[in-house]
Amino acid sequence: MADLTREAGETLATTAPPQSYWRRVRKRFMRHKPAVFGLCFLVLMAIVVVFGPFVLPYGFDQQDYDLIGLPGPMNAEHWLGTDQLGRDATTRLIYGGRVSLAVGLAGALVATFLGTLIGALAGFYRGWVDTILMRFTDIMLSIPPLPLVLLLSSLFRPSPPLLVGIIGGLIWMGTARLVRSQFLALREREFVEAARALGASGPRLIVRHILPNAIGPITVAATLAVGSAIMTESALSFLGFGILPPTPSWGNLLNAASPWLSTAPWLAIAPGLCILLTVLSVNFLGDGLRDAMEPRE
Amino acid sequence: MSLSYLLRRLGGAIPLLLGISVILFAIIHLAPGGPLDMYLENPSVSPEAIEQMRTAYGLDQPVPVQYFLWLKSMLAGDWGYSIRTGKPVLSEILNRLGPTLQLSGLALGFAFIVAMPLGVISATRRGSKLDTGLTLFSFAGISTPVFWMALLFQLLFSVQLGWLPSAGYQSVGDGSLVDRLRHLVMPATVLSFAIIASWSRYIRSGMVDVLNQDYIRTAYAKGRTEIGVVVLHALRNAMIPAVTVIAVDFATIISGAVITETVFAWPGIGRLFMEAMDGRDYPILMGLMMLGSFGIVLANVIADVTYAALDPRIRYG
Repeated sequence: MADLTREAGETLATTAPPQSYWRRVRKRFMRHKPAVFGLCFLVLMAIVVVFGPFVLPYGFDQQDYDLIGLPGPMNAEHWLGTDQLGRDATTRLIYGGRVSLAVGLAGALVATFLGTLIGALAGFYRGWVDTILMRFTDIMLSIPPLPLVLLLSSLFRPSPPLLVGIIGGLIWMGTARLVRSQFLALREREFVEAARALGASGPRLIVRHILPNAIGPITVAATLAVGSAIMTESALSFLGFGILPPTPSWGNLLNAASPWLSTAPWLAIAPGLCILLTVLSVNFLGDGLRDAMEPRE
Repeated sequence: MSLSYLLRRLGGAIPLLLGISVILFAIIHLAPGGPLDMYLENPSVSPEAIEQMRTAYGLDQPVPVQYFLWLKSMLAGDWGYSIRTGKPVLSEILNRLGPTLQLSGLALGFAFIVAMPLGVISATRRGSKLDTGLTLFSFAGISTPVFWMALLFQLLFSVQLGWLPSAGYQSVGDGSLVDRLRHLVMPATVLSFAIIASWSRYIRSGMVDVLNQDYIRTAYAKGRTEIGVVVLHALRNAMIPAVTVIAVDFATIISGAVITETVFAWPGIGRLFMEAMDGRDYPILMGLMMLGSFGIVLANVIADVTYAALDPRIRYG
């Protein structure tokens, strides 16, 4: 675990012979133990939520009418017991993970696309394009994020795809600033000038020449965006917006479990633990990717 | 740091706030439905009465006209009237501001007192088991959902141990300082937890950068003790980068406060916000969102100004 606390410079202990960029990235990444742990955990979680529902004997809204009324105890049939409507809690947890992970990934994808687009345009064209886009970014950064997403959710009652759009539309600003600063620096480099002299158009310069050189920071930002998208979705669903029952998500499972805190605390502990471990893994992964892809020289 | 710098920074905030208000107003007023929808299904309210209310609240005007009317009265100090209660928005907000300030003030103070030594210890014992442990703790802290943390605290301290009330501002028929503190301590601790995690990271990284500087080695060479070096030489400079990121965190703190107030039924402006959303109380929502945005903008200005004040090398022409 000492890898977390490693400082600039120490990551660069590698010596010749020259290796390809990706090979060095992989080598540095494998040395970051928390990140490797995070990656393994996320792969495991993905396998469970993707394939779990095919194996599970219950449906996510399948009720056992004999168990209705109070949350049922944990036993061999129902590993995490049942909820007050007689539904198997393990099944709902795994389906909820499907929903939460899907919304998190898709939201991060939207945010990364928006942030990269806006940052690239601002950094490449500068001038009034930059001014307008960055003022807009400042505005979006100055509105309290959770209240805004709550407001949008309550006013528009979004379907899950629209919810993904809303979440992505509120967490792209960090990526935009980052991509802009990368573009500002890279656009002055000789290889860009060379491509320009050869007659490359603006969009071609952006996509083919500059963007590939900014891929490291963008990957890190995209990874961390998955964490904030999962957090945002679960906070939203916990507060009764976002993903609405009977569709489970980790956030609304916690909401549903909170009245039964004294009699069936495991119903609240399990989904929270899933959120914590997933977001923690994502953050470890992001940290490891940062060390691997952007060694500070 | 000069006065003109301060004034220019404050001046730059005005177009920002105007932009924010346009976007918020558009979102709130262009959404389908409206605050009067709740009367539509109420048979005792006639359609004429609803029309009258629509006119009274100015909701029959085009949205841009409504915006300029809102802006004009806002600038004159009139934030409009709550649609649910009919009381002025400003007094509704001020009534609920006290509990929020108590909660966040205590949480921030506590976070500062804890995060500072944690960050410093981590930085001075860099690479040690303690540093690794603290780093791990802060990763866990920023990855823990606030609402889950809140439920766990209720489970442990109210349900299991029975030490503290699980929610609320004060007990019925009681209102003594001790009673209110007993209600305050759990939400404040929960709110401060995530803040401690991220602040101690900032302070650690600021401190690590400073401890590598030549003047720190000089100070050691003069024979200063470690505590002397840290307190007299390093801390002030380490705070400079920390101050800016702390201000950026202000937005996250607002989100945390809304969640904490909801879980603990704390009667602050976060709860007011949730209530206003239920009733589509546009004037209250608009007022609260503007207040929050204003807080974030102000925190950033204060950070920039503090940055300049802490580091005399920084000159803004």
